[in-house]
Amino acid sequence: MPHHTFLKFIWPSALAMLIFIALPIVSISIQSFFIEHEKVLVVVENCTPFGCKKETRVDLEATKVLEEEKPLGRFNWFGTYTNRNHLAFSELNQAWKESQNYNDFLSEVFNLPFYKALSFTLAYTFIVTPLVIIIGFFIALAVNRLPSFFKGPTIFICLLPMIITPLIGSLVLFWMIDAEGIIGSLLQIIFNDPNLSLKASPTLTWVMLFVYGVWHHAPFAFVVFYAGLQTIPRDTLESAMIDGANRWEQTLYVIIPHLMPLAVFISLIQLMDNFRVFEPIVGFNAQASATSLSWLIYNDFRSGDGNMLFGSAAATSILTIIGISILMTPVIVRTWKANKPVIGV
Amino acid sequence: MTKKNNWLNVLSLSFIIIWLILASVPFLWTLWGSFKVEADFFSKQDWRNAIFGVRTLVETGGIFTLNGYKGAWIQEEFWRAALNTGIVTFCVVTISLTLGTLGGYALARSGFRYAFWILIAALIFRAMPHITLVSGYLLPFFELGLWGHLSTTIVVLVAINQPFTLWMLHSFFSTIPKDLDESAMVDGCTRFQAFRHVIIPVMWPGVITTGLFSFLLAYNDFAITALLLTETNQTMVPKIAGFLGSAQEQGNVMFAVAAVVSATVPLFMLVLFFQRQIVSGLTAGAVKG
Repeated sequence: MPHHTFLKFIWPSALAMLIFIALPIVSISIQSFFIEHEKVLVVVENCTPFGCKKETRVDLEATKVLEEEKPLGRFNWFGTYTNRNHLAFSELNQAWKESQNYNDFLSEVFNLPFYKALSFTLAYTFIVTPLVIIIGFFIALAVNRLPSFFKGPTIFICLLPMIITPLIGSLVLFWMIDAEGIIGSLLQIIFNDPNLSLKASPTLTWVMLFVYGVWHHAPFAFVVFYAGLQTIPRDTLESAMIDGANRWEQTLYVIIPHLMPLAVFISLIQLMDNFRVFEPIVGFNAQASATSLSWLIYNDFRSGDGNMLFGSAAATSILTIIGISILMTPVIVRTWKANKPVIGV
Repeated sequence: MTKKNNWLNVLSLSFIIIWLILASVPFLWTLWGSFKVEADFFSKQDWRNAIFGVRTLVETGGIFTLNGYKGAWIQEEFWRAALNTGIVTFCVVTISLTLGTLGGYALARSGFRYAFWILIAALIFRAMPHITLVSGYLLPFFELGLWGHLSTTIVVLVAINQPFTLWMLHSFFSTIPKDLDESAMVDGCTRFQAFRHVIIPVMWPGVITTGLFSFLLAYNDFAITALLLTETNQTMVPKIAGFLGSAQEQGNVMFAVAAVVSATVPLFMLVLFFQRQIVSGLTAGAVKG
């Protein structure tokens, strides 16, 4: 296809991505170097019959004018990146000096908002992703053994947790896990502890979110693996059987190698999706014990007093993008190498 | 069948039954509970109340009540949110498919190296967490007066959807033989004519599958719609999140439960009618990607 025809076909799509994906990344990198204006203060002399007092007040009008003139705020260089809510260098330094041992230091670090969010995001990504692949694989094997009459309805039910809106899915589970919901009260009976509440314990909250993540994503891995199972050449399986391979050996030496490329594909998609974990934290109302990087950004726009912290959100966004880039590099390089002969000329 | 195989069958069957219970019961439970009052849905004394509706009978005089639905749809005007969701998803799906088919077709037929680079760029764009992009939009949108309109949200969702749409349709168009449109061009068609008369009639299976996933993205989105829309033109998902904020007031939790069930129905229908396409779509992405 000649270049100009190609351009005619691709420009609307390319333009949309350029303006609304590439440009915003530029926009946040600029915003992250700015911070909200300080309030304009005026000293007012307040005179009463008993004498005059000097009072410092916020000049709301002047502040507003300033904000309208320079909506970006004032230039802050790397100030936002290094403050307490982000990389917190000075707090880290202090914690390192003051803490007696590693555990002390780590608990100090995980109290800082950014590191708290980062630790949960990474834990979620690296616990949910492998579990999704393993459980999805077993569901696929099990469904494949069902009589074909049951396969359709089974796949239908399996798809439900995946297509459900993440916020809705987490709410549905949350209401059941709630201390007064069915699972919550059942657990209280089992453990004979009327005060047991999954919400109150940080560890259990983490576990709950991991369980949600696996529940939500496992069907995706299942569908991909299930489709992969249909493409295994019968001859290969049969010759393995003739050679005396038992079921376990067939799985290990024929099925798993055949599905390996699919596992790479699933982990690529899962790494992307799990690193942006956000809705479950809102749905489970879990921010006291678990926050994620995406949630931090959301929170900067929802901080009570109506002021949106653009600078802070932008800095977290840049750090998040750096995080996902580091995570994705190996997989993207792999995809690049795998696809080169297919598309590249 | 050996004894060992029997064991394996039992194991695999019980595993799949447990999984099916985990996958379906939360939905059935919430559906059933949405017709009860709060004291039953969250029943501390006896979990069976939620099934038999003891408190519901006392409070409303019937075993089932529509109070949650009435409260959500009429009192809290959930219909408005449902309408907005309808508009947003319809526009997002049609626009993304239009842009995506053109782009995907070009990428599949280009034959030049830059097509490959565009796909890699799209893959990187796909990895960007949506909310990081939203934090890039907010300030410019406030300044330009674009914030809070449905149309802005639609355009943003279309753009965010493009990387995925391009990948899907690129791999779909690659499976259509080149000879088809090239022979049309030999017969004197231009590239556009060949696309219109030869490719469009055969592209619908791929387009429908891609459309389903565009629908899911637009319908399920929370991060973008929650931050880009005003309270008056919210779509369903942020509206449900809004119910929770005011959940302290008596009865509002049941509004949220009813709204959640209402919002799940279209998704349920989608799987019911398009199960085959969803499965084949996930597979198509996997085989090429």
